[in-house]
Amino acid sequence: MLNGKVAIITGGSRGIGAAITYKLASLGADVAVIYAGNKDAAEAVCDRCKAEFGVKAEAYLCDVSDFGAVKETVVRIKADFGAAHILVNNAGVTRDGLAAMMREEDFDKVVDTNLKGAFNMIRHVTPLLLRSKEGCIINISSVSGLMGNAGQSNYSASKAGLIGLTKSVAKEYAAKGIRCNAIAPGFIKTDMTEAHADNPLLSMIPLGKMGDVEDVAEAVAYLIGAKYVTGEVLRVDGGIAM
Amino acid sequence: MYFNAIAKVIAERTDCDISTIKPESTFVELGIDSLDTVELLMSLEDEIGVEIELDKKVETVGDLDKFIQSKVQG
Repeated sequence: MLNGKVAIITGGSRGIGAAITYKLASLGADVAVIYAGNKDAAEAVCDRCKAEFGVKAEAYLCDVSDFGAVKETVVRIKADFGAAHILVNNAGVTRDGLAAMMREEDFDKVVDTNLKGAFNMIRHVTPLLLRSKEGCIINISSVSGLMGNAGQSNYSASKAGLIGLTKSVAKEYAAKGIRCNAIAPGFIKTDMTEAHADNPLLSMIPLGKMGDVEDVAEAVAYLIGAKYVTGEVLRVDGGIAM
Repeated sequence: MYFNAIAKVIAERTDCDISTIKPESTFVELGIDSLDTVELLMSLEDEIGVEIELDKKVETVGDLDKFIQSKVQG
């Protein structure tokens, strides 16, 4: 299905990003995995993609919040892969705390990585997508961006911002055959949500359980194939934000 | 002076006669929109061998030529 396509996945070394990387590799895509710090994990993901799915896979250390670093990384990806067709902006961090007590640096860190990081990637990968005459950008937002979440004003703001970014880019790029969509996961079992294991919101999930990272990866694969869908926000949340 | 390289890439892309492209030709006249110019610049990078980042809107072929010169000399 994705043979000959090149997918760039940010935050691809673990959690949802790793699951997305495996899914796209299993469909035949070559994968460029961008990671922030965990080199061993990123290389393990790439090794598995190569061994199990026979695709090309490379890991790149890059802080997506750094405009110049993203530019340099995309130049390297262009040199290594020659093209790009799919961009998944998944890199995200949390620095939870009540707004009244939140440190400025904790707000900035989250917005810079989650929102500006996605912009930086889109900004520098766009020429490659334009050259490919097709493209699919998927931004991993969150139900926190749709509903808000006490203790996550920074995270919710960044994830709501991603939805505005998604819709604007969808409108700008539609005429060029490039689609841009967002996915809003709910409570998904990862290291990042471990702290939420006793969150009372969990009992309010209509489907009665937390989601798996593969549920989000499945939604990414759907959006890549859904050629008439752009500017959409697809909830993968067990129904919690409906 | 990158005019010839720019004209070559535009002619290849739009299938027009290269002699009809002048420095004062606007991208709109040539049927090239803003996002096309981003892609055009990628082809130009291959042609002239330098990496250039388009960070403003350019109206004419001559403007793009000047922009690239300013970046290359930069």
